[in-house]
This record gives sequence, C-alpha cells and structure tokens, in this order.
Amino acid sequence: MNPEETKEFEQKIHAFVGRENGPPKKGKDAVNEPMIRQWAEVMGDESPVYTDKETAKNTTKGGIIAPPSMLQAWSMEGYPMAGSPAVDVQRSLHNVFDENGFTGVLGTNTSTEFFRDLKPGDEVTYHTVIESISEQKSTARGIGYFIETVTQFTDQNGERVGKQVFRVLKFIPADAPAEASSVADDSPAVPTRIAAPRGHDNGWWWEAADKGKVLIQRCKSCQTLRHPPRPMCGECQSVEWDSIESTLDGEIFSFTVLHYPKVPGYDYPLCCAVISLAEGTRIVANVVGIDTEEVKIGMKVKGKVEQVDEKTMLPQFYPVAGGQ
Amino acid sequence: MTANVKDKAAIVGIANTEFSKNSGRSELQLAAEAVAGALEDAGLKPSDVDGMTTFTMDNTDEIELARAVGIGDLSFYSRVPHGGGAATGLIHQAAMAVASGMAETIVCYRSLNGRSGHRYSSGVSGNLLTADAIHWGWYMPYGLVTPASWVAMYTQRYMHLTNCTHDSLFEVAHTMREYAATNPAALFYDQRFDRAEYDAQKKIVDPFRLYDCCLESDGASAVIITTTERAKDLRQPGVVVKGVGQAAAANMESMTSFYRDEIAAIPSMDIAASKAYEQSGLTPDDIDAAVIYDAFTPIVLWQLESWGFCKHGEAHDFVMDGALRPGGRLPTNTHGGQLSEAYIHGVNGIVEAARLVRKTSVNQPDKEVNHVLVTSGVGVPTGGALLGSMDTL
Ligand SMILES: [Zn+2]
Repeated sequence: MNPEETKEFEQKIHAFVGRENGPPKKGKDAVNEPMIRQWAEVMGDESPVYTDKETAKNTTKGGIIAPPSMLQAWSMEGYPMAGSPAVDVQRSLHNVFDENGFTGVLGTNTSTEFFRDLKPGDEVTYHTVIESISEQKSTARGIGYFIETVTQFTDQNGERVGKQVFRVLKFIPADAPAEASSVADDSPAVPTRIAAPRGHDNGWWWEAADKGKVLIQRCKSCQTLRHPPRPMCGECQSVEWDSIESTLDGEIFSFTVLHYPKVPGYDYPLCCAVISLAEGTRIVANVVGIDTEEVKIGMKVKGKVEQVDEKTMLPQFYPVAGGQ
Repeated sequence: MTANVKDKAAIVGIANTEFSKNSGRSELQLAAEAVAGALEDAGLKPSDVDGMTTFTMDNTDEIELARAVGIGDLSFYSRVPHGGGAATGLIHQAAMAVASGMAETIVCYRSLNGRSGHRYSSGVSGNLLTADAIHWGWYMPYGLVTPASWVAMYTQRYMHLTNCTHDSLFEVAHTMREYAATNPAALFYDQRFDRAEYDAQKKIVDPFRLYDCCLESDGASAVIITTTERAKDLRQPGVVVKGVGQAAAANMESMTSFYRDEIAAIPSMDIAASKAYEQSGLTPDDIDAAVIYDAFTPIVLWQLESWGFCKHGEAHDFVMDGALRPGGRLPTNTHGGQLSEAYIHGVNGIVEAARLVRKTSVNQPDKEVNHVLVTSGVGVPTGGALLGSMDTL
C-alpha cells in the first residue's frame, strides 16, 4: 500500500469509530439457575452462592447470584452463529481490513467491569460500540491496527450491570502459513498441530518441508552436515552453507509414546522418535503406520513428507517391512 | 584450574513456605515469606543482605522482593537460566560472590505458583519468535511438547542399553514417597503407595506412569549464604559450601540433546560433579547423604552414576540394594523429593540438604552425616554442590 492508499484505507476504517455494532439487544434467556449451575460445574467453581439456595440466602448476597464472569454468556448468540456469523457492523469493518490484506485476526485482550450481581430473573441487554481504532502498529505478528469495542450490559430497568472492553488486532500476516495455527479465525476450525515458528535460521527448512522435502544443512567449506540448522559450522566456523535432500532412510535411535496430557490437534497414543538418518544426522519425527506397542529401538524406518492436517506438512516415518 | 571457593561460603538460614495446590497469594508474597523466614532462621536482619540470586524463570523481581522484605542496598544480583538446572546454580553464584568479596550476604530464592498458576506439564507452545521458540519448533509439530516426553526419550535409550527396568524406577518413586509419608510438610504426607498402585496409575509417556513424575505445587524456598567467618557468629550452625559445579556439556539443547553420540547419559552433570569434587578434595566415599533432583524417577539413577556412587549403567543394582533408603549407603531425598514433598524447582532440596548437615531433617539418618550432595535438574545445563558441617573446616 502506498501512502495515498493507506490514507484512503484509514479514512475508510476510521469512519467505523463510534458506530454501534447493532441496536441494543436482549439476551436469549433471562438469568436462570440451570445455566448458572451448568456454568459453575464446567468451571469447577464450587461456591455454594451459585448453586445452593439455602446457603446463599445466609450470605451477604441474600440468595443465588450468577458468577460475574458469566456476564458475556447472557449475551451469546448460540450455536447457529458459529455456522453463519451475523453480518453486523463489526463484520463489515473486518471485511474492509480483509480486502486490504489485513486478513489476520488475534484477540489480544479483554477487560470486564461488574457493577452489580445478577440474580435469577434478571434480563440482560447488551449494546456494542466500536470504540476506537489505533494508529498503524508494527507488531510481532505483522503490521496491523488494534480495534477496541465496548459492550455495555444493562438490566430490565435500564441500570448498568457491567461493561466489557475487547481488543483485537487485525494484521497482515508476516508469514501466513506459519502463523495460521495460532491465529483465531471467525469460523470454528479443527485444531491443527502447533506450528514451528519460522525465523531466519530455520524458515528455509520448513519451507522445503511445505514442498515435500526434508533438507539437511551442509557446510559449503568443509561439507559437514548439521541438523537442526544453525547459522555457523561448528567444525570450521564457516557461515556459508547449502543443503542436500535426505532420502529419509532411517533407524529408530530412541522413541517415546505419549499418552497424557492430550494436546488438541494430535492423535494419541502418539509416537515420537529420534531417528538416525542414513546421511548421518538425526531428526525427531513421528513414527506412524504401526501399533505403538510394536515400536522398537533399532527398527528400520522410511520417511515421507505428508500433510498431517489442514495446515501442516511434516516428515512421518513408517516401518520398513522386515526391517528389524 | 580449580576454582577458589572451598570453605569460603556457608548456608546460614533456610526456609520454605507451606506447599500446596493453591497458595491463594502472589509469587512475590510467597518469596517474601520464604526470605523473611530464612533471615529469621539465620538471626539476620533484612538490612544485612547485599545480594540476591534466583532463576531466570522466576517471576519475582529482585528489587520488588528486596523492597517487600525491607532489604536495603544491593551490590550483587544475578539469575541462572535453564529451569531446574538452576537450583544449585544459586549456590554457585552466591559462593562466587562471597568468595570474591562482591557481596557478603546473599539471598537465594525461588517462588512459584506451579499448580494454580502456569503448569509446566502443559508443555510448550511457542507463540513468540525467540531462539528458544525456534528450538522447540523442531519438536512441537510432532507433539513432543512436555518435559516428561523429553526425558522419556533418554530413558527409553537408557533402559535399552542397561539392565534398568521399572523395578528401579519404582524403587526411586517408592523411597521418596516413604520419606514424604513421615514428613508433615510434604504434600504426600501420610500417603503411601505399593507396587500394585504404582503400576495401576495412568500412562503419561512411555515408560512413565503418573508416580514417575514429580508434583506440581505452589510454594517458595529460600536460603541465605554468607561468609564462613560470619557464619560462626550466627544463630544456626553454618552449612559450608565445600564445592559447587555448573556445566553445559558440548552439543547441548535445552531438554532435547538428542544429537550426541549417546543420549543415555548426562555429560553436563559428569562435568559439574568432577568440578565440585576437585574443588572440595572430596570423593564419593565421603558423601553421607544426598538430595538428588527428581523431576522424574530415572534422572536420579543417572545422577548417581555422574557423582560416582556407582559405575555408568549400574545405578539399577545400586538402588535395588536399598542404597537410597534410611539405613542405606546414601539416604536420598529424605524430605520426599520433588516426587513427593513438593516441586519448588530443587530449592526445597537445598533447604533439605542444609537440614541434613544440621542434623535436623525430619528423616535424619541414624549415621553421622558430615557431607551432603545436592543437585540441580538434568536434561538442561545443570550443576551440583557438596555441603559440609562447620566441623569440616
Ligand atoms: Zn564447516
């Protein structure tokens, strides 16, 4: 974007500041005990003031109250919204960003103030306004703008019960494929594996993996191979290097099978192994295509780079038939 | 060259907060309570302190803590990297500062809400582009993200090459638990288990089940280190630093040094041990008891080998003889260790090692204890210290 385009773009987005996201809207349900109980159960909050009428009556609250942090829950749109998000002013603003390359979105922080406790029977109305859009910022994620929205929550008498400030960053992803897994999108996505951050010394390796190749860094001066990549040769201190492509013929040097905790995006039991490659370097990768109980140190394996989920290309190693 | 630290510094005050699953207060407050407790124990005033040292991983800022406790001017402060590998690094820093005269009285502390706050078992995720994040990037996409899984990789190899089996892993876990069962401060006080219960626990990563893994806990520990001269006039008998080593062996990665010729070994600890022995003039035969970093059961075995209590690859036989038990050759982790007392990143272990020298451990061995070993976490750059009584001066 040249300076004039930037100016035009900023005028467009700043026109959204002060606009309400939509008219004040009443929550789908009045504050009620079943939802309070379910919330308290899910959050593991055992305070009786949320669930036990008799005990709650004798506290300073004088009866059951809703957990304050549940405030936003009374305004949620429910499941249908996950499939087809509401087309509101905020969505239109995001569309302007998207059209100009600011496709990344990251919820950066939220703060909530509570003015009074909500009790069963209270009806919550919420009203969101686009409060501000920052100057252009250079962030670790990429160039972008912070959008701050403020939601006021009121009760059936129009009295304020709470206020929530929500800040998101809309940005041009510095490195789209690598960033993708940790960036919240509007549509619910199947969790993917944790991506390797890509920097100057390792990005080239992962870019090759994206294209189906496993490379091994080689010193141009003394030909020593090294993995994981690093900028200087430890043998001769040369910073000149190229790489060779591995045949992915290997042998299991050690391995473990992970059972717990289960991280979203991975299938368990999950076998990770240190594999000695025929070229002489080692690599950590998954061993697949075999019952994890059958994996042994010394087993011969053959790797190929595969797409393991929507966003991730990784070398995966299979046992070689008769290769014990 | 041998470092000139022998007999220059002594631990003169020790304290832990209570250990819990939810401390209900800030890490700063926990640290302040531990430091104030250690000063009280030593009979020193906050204004006597002129140096502080802790872990790079500690969230509590030195100057915040100094202000909270009422410590005045500081002329020495430092931090040691690599998680639990920093534990005896605090002694290393303090002994150097005292020996060189950079400072006279140093507070060593570690405070963490390791259960109610950030839990290390949840693994790494790496959202920032740092050298550390790039390092973890070689493992995260494959799911190798937890401390247990990294240590398991060495363990499987070790079990492949030696006669180590689940029997010796159980022996380590069970010994620690038996000590904790008689330590009222331990999270597992009065809670014993048997082999059937150990075997019935859920699998974490092969070959570890739950009881092979340390606790996650809230709490803080602190020790005060000053000159041996000054230690002579203080409330408690001093615990003299006889030698202290620190090392990051060649071709090191944090927890994932999978690229060395052999990985069923911890060369960093081998180096630290030889340095500490050399400084102190002591040999393994001189060591009467030990506190050995026990984030996971097998790492105790490897350290016994590094410190020369048995040959490399023979720790299984050593522990199966009951060496770590109360009447054994080397009573170890008499507080219950991090497997069963609490996980304060090894600094509660320094407190216990000092108690063993003072002869005040809740599980004090019957025999004469003159020299005690205490170590840091392994898999990372690490270290260990040899402590002795004032009688050894
Ligand atoms: Zn070279």
